[in-house]
Amino acid sequence: MGFLPFVFPLAELEVGQHLYWQIGNFRIHGQVFMTSWLLIGALLALVVIGTKKMERDPKGVQNLLEFLWDYIRDLARTQIGEKVYRDWMPFIGTLFLFIFVSNWGGALVPWKLIELPSGELGAPTADINTTVALALLVSLSYFYAGLSNKGLRYFEYYVHPTPIMLPFKIVEDFTKPLSLSFRLFGNILADELVVAVLVFLVPLVLPVPVMFLGLFTSAIQALIFATLAAYYIGEAVEEHH
Amino acid sequence: MPTLFLFGASEGGLFDFDATLPLMAVQVVVLTFILNSLFFKPVGRVVEEREDYVNTSRAEAKKKIAEVERLEIELKDQLKEARLEAQKVILEAEQDSENLYKEALALATSEANASREKARREIDSQRDEALNQLKSEADNLGDLIVERLLAKK
Repeated sequence: MGFLPFVFPLAELEVGQHLYWQIGNFRIHGQVFMTSWLLIGALLALVVIGTKKMERDPKGVQNLLEFLWDYIRDLARTQIGEKVYRDWMPFIGTLFLFIFVSNWGGALVPWKLIELPSGELGAPTADINTTVALALLVSLSYFYAGLSNKGLRYFEYYVHPTPIMLPFKIVEDFTKPLSLSFRLFGNILADELVVAVLVFLVPLVLPVPVMFLGLFTSAIQALIFATLAAYYIGEAVEEHH
Repeated sequence: MPTLFLFGASEGGLFDFDATLPLMAVQVVVLTFILNSLFFKPVGRVVEEREDYVNTSRAEAKKKIAEVERLEIELKDQLKEARLEAQKVILEAEQDSENLYKEALALATSEANASREKARREIDSQRDEALNQLKSEADNLGDLIVERLLAKK
C-alpha cells in the first residue's frame, strides 16, 4: 500500500483497494454493496417501523418520517415546480435519503472493526461507481422528464434564448453528471481520508472536530445532490415562452 | 501502487469502474420504487389527509366564528331595542302617573272650589234672608212703636 509516501506505524491507510466479487464475467466492489445493503436495510427498517401504525396525531418515528417527507416535498416543489413535482418527489427523496444515510453511515459506523481480506468498509458514496451511477440516473431522469412533458419541444431548451447557446447547453449535459458525481465522491472520500490521516497522526481529540465537520459536509452534500437533481429536472420541464 | 488515472486502473484504484456502476444504478432505481410504496405514498397520504382535515376544520371554525359574530351583533341589537323599549315604557308610565296625579289634583281643587263656592252662596243667601227678616221685623217693630205712641196720645 503506497498511496502515501511514508509508512504509518499505527495502522494502514487503504485507498483504492477493493474487495472484488466475481459475478460471471463481471467484477463488482463487494465492500460498497455490503455497506449499502446494511444502510439501505437500516433505512427501510426505519421506514417500516415509522409507517406501521400511522395516526393523524403523529407519534415517535412517524414524526421523523413526516418531517423528512415534508422537507423533501418542499425541496422538490421549490426546484421542480407545482405542476410535476409529485412525479419526481420519490426519486429526489430517494437520492437524498440514500446519499444521506450512505454519508452518515460511512462516518458514524465504526466499519474499521470489521476486517476484510482486501479493501475496507466505508461510505458507499466514497466509491466513484456509486456517485457516477447516481449522476447518470439524474441525467437520464431529466431527459426523460423533459421529453415526457414537452415531447420534442424539449430541445427548444437548447436554443432557448439564442441558438448561440447550443454548444454550451450540449456541453452542460456532460458537465452536469460529471460535476454531480465528482463533487459527491470528492467530498466524501476527502472527508474519510482527512479523518483517517488525522487519526494516524494524532489519535486523540484532534480528529473529533474534523469528524463533526465531516458529518456537516455529508449532510450538505446529500442536500446539494438532491437539490441539483431537482433543479435539473425542473429546468427540463420548465415552459419557455 | 494503484494508478490514479481515469479509467486507467486495471486492478484497484480510486477510479476503478466496473459492474458496480450499473448494479448500483439498478439498486437505486429499485430503492426508489420500494421507498415510493413504503414511504412516500403512505406518509404523503397521511400528511395530505391531515392537511385537508386541518383546512376543513379551520374553514368550519371560521364559519362558526362568523355565525357567532353575526348572532352576537343581532343579540346586541335586540338588547339595545329592548332597552330603548323599556326606557320608553318607563317614561310613559311616569308621564301617565304624573298626568293622573295632575288630573286628580285638578279634580280635587275644582271640587273643593265648587263646594266652597256653594257654601259661600248658601251663606250669602242665608245672610240675605236673615237681613230681610231682620229688616221686616224692624219695620214691624217700628210700625208697632209708632202705633203705640200714636194710641197714647
